Amino acid sequence: MFRIANSTGADLARMLKGGVIMDVVTAKQAKIAEAAGACAVMALERVPSDIRAQGGVARMSDPALIAEIQKAVSIPVMAKIRIGHTAEARILQVLNVDFIDESEVLTPADPFHHVEKKQFKIPFVCGATNLGEALRRISEGACMIRTKGEAGTGNVVEAVRHLKLIKGEIAALKQMKAAELKAFARDERVPLDLIEQVRKAQRLPVVTFVAGGIATPADAALLMELGAEGVFVGSGIFKSKDPKRMARAIVQATVHYNDPKIVTEVSRGLGGAMAGLEVSGLQVRMQERGI
Amino acid sequence: MVVGVLAFQGDFFEHIEVLHSLRVPAIEVRSLTDLSKVGALIIPGGESTVIAKFLEETGVGKEIIRRIQSGSTDPRSRSSAPHPLFVYGTCAGAIVLSKKVTGKNAPRTLGLIDITIDRNAYGAQLQSFEAEIRVKGISGKIPVSFIRAPKIMRVGKTVDVLAEYGGVPVLVRQGRVLIGTFHPEVWGDRRIHQLFLSTVV
Repeated sequence: MFRIANSTGADLARMLKGGVIMDVVTAKQAKIAEAAGACAVMALERVPSDIRAQGGVARMSDPALIAEIQKAVSIPVMAKIRIGHTAEARILQVLNVDFIDESEVLTPADPFHHVEKKQFKIPFVCGATNLGEALRRISEGACMIRTKGEAGTGNVVEAVRHLKLIKGEIAALKQMKAAELKAFARDERVPLDLIEQVRKAQRLPVVTFVAGGIATPADAALLMELGAEGVFVGSGIFKSKDPKRMARAIVQATVHYNDPKIVTEVSRGLGGAMAGLEVSGLQVRMQERGI
Repeated sequence: MVVGVLAFQGDFFEHIEVLHSLRVPAIEVRSLTDLSKVGALIIPGGESTVIAKFLEETGVGKEIIRRIQSGSTDPRSRSSAPHPLFVYGTCAGAIVLSKKVTGKNAPRTLGLIDITIDRNAYGAQLQSFEAEIRVKGISGKIPVSFIRAPKIMRVGKTVDVLAEYGGVPVLVRQGRVLIGTFHPEVWGDRRIHQLFLSTVV
C-alpha cells in the first residue's frame, strides 16, 4: 500500500479545498487577497504574465519579501521554487512557509530531476499535465497536485485539458488488465501499488486543484464543475482592471459554482479581465517544463 | 434527521463521508434553504476568514445564531424551541463559533460558545502534528490531526471540557455547541461524530 509520506501536509491541502489560492508579489497584494477570501496566497517574484512578457530567468522570491507577506496575512503562505532547486526549497523551509510549489512557471534549475520532496517536512504542491506526471510527483513526495494549464495566458483551455486528461486516464485504469497496469507503471516510472490504489479509489490520493490560465469567475466555476477541488489564480487577479472585485468574484464563483445565478451576479460589470493569449502562438510553453 | 455540513470551503467532504459511513443522511449546506433542511450542522476545517465571510454574506451565520439561541441551550430539552440547531465545529469551524478570537486579522465570529481561541497559536504548517487523544465518555484513544490549529486559551464557567491535549482543552461543549480544535475526520474516525449525534437524535 502506497502511503503519502507527509500526512499533515496532505491534511492541510484538504483544508484548502473549495478555495482560491492567489499569486501575490507584494505584502499589499497579499492583504487584498486575504480580504477577498483567498484560502492561501502564493508568493512569487513576478506573476506569470509578466514573466512571459519580460523573459529572463524567473527565480524564487526574495526571502525578505516572503517574510513580509507572512507577517501581513494570517492565511497559509505558499511560495514557488524552480523545478529541482533543492537549495531554494531549504530556504523556504527555514522561512517556515506553509507549502512549497515546485513550479514550471519559474525557470527550471535541474534538467534531470525534481526535488526529492520526501526529505522535507514542508509539504509540496506540483503541477501535472496528465496522470503519469501527477503520480511521478506524488511518488517523489508531493502531497497536493495542480494542473499546469498554461500560466500567464489568461486562457483556460490547457487547465481544462489537463484536468480532463487526468480524470480520463484514472477512469481508463478500471478497464486495464494486470499486465497493462504493469506496463503503465513501467512506462510512466510510477510505483505499481500507487497505480492500483488510484485505480481502486478512482481519484488521486492527494487533493487536486487547477491552475494555469484562470481569468474570470466563470473559468473558476467551469473547472469546479469538472471536478477540480480548488483553484489557483496567477495573473488573473492582479492583471485585471479591478483586482479587489475580481478576487472576490472568483472566490464567490468557486464556492457557488453550481449556482449560475450567483456566478452571473458576481461576473456583472467587473471591468475587464486580463488580456489573453492564444496558446498556439506562444514561444514558451511552461507546461512542457519538468515532466 | 438530516445533518448538514457547511460547504463553503474546507474539508466538508470528509465529514460527509464519516456521516455516510454512520448511515446518517447528510447534505452540503451553502444557503439558507439548505440550512432549513437540517437539524444539526457540522462546520468543517478550512480557512476561518473565508468561512466567516460566507457565513455573513449569505445570512447563514445569523440564522445559525437564531436557531442555536432559540429555546433552551440544554441539549436534553428541545421541545421549547421551534427549530433548534445543534452544531459541531472543527478547527476553523471552532474559530467561527467562538465568542472571542485573538491573533492577527481575526475573522468576525458567531460568538456561540464562551471561549477565547487563539488562531494559529501553534504556529505555521511545520508545527502541525498528529496525536492520540482521550475523550470523556469514549473508551480508547482517538487518532487526530492538528493542522495549523487554533488553541483554546480560556473556557467559560458553563463550558464542559471533554478532552485536553498537552494541558490545553481541545474538545469542549456548551449547550448545543460542540467544538474541537483538531480533525478526527481526516482519519475517518467516527467516534466524535457519534458523540455529537448522540446529543442530537
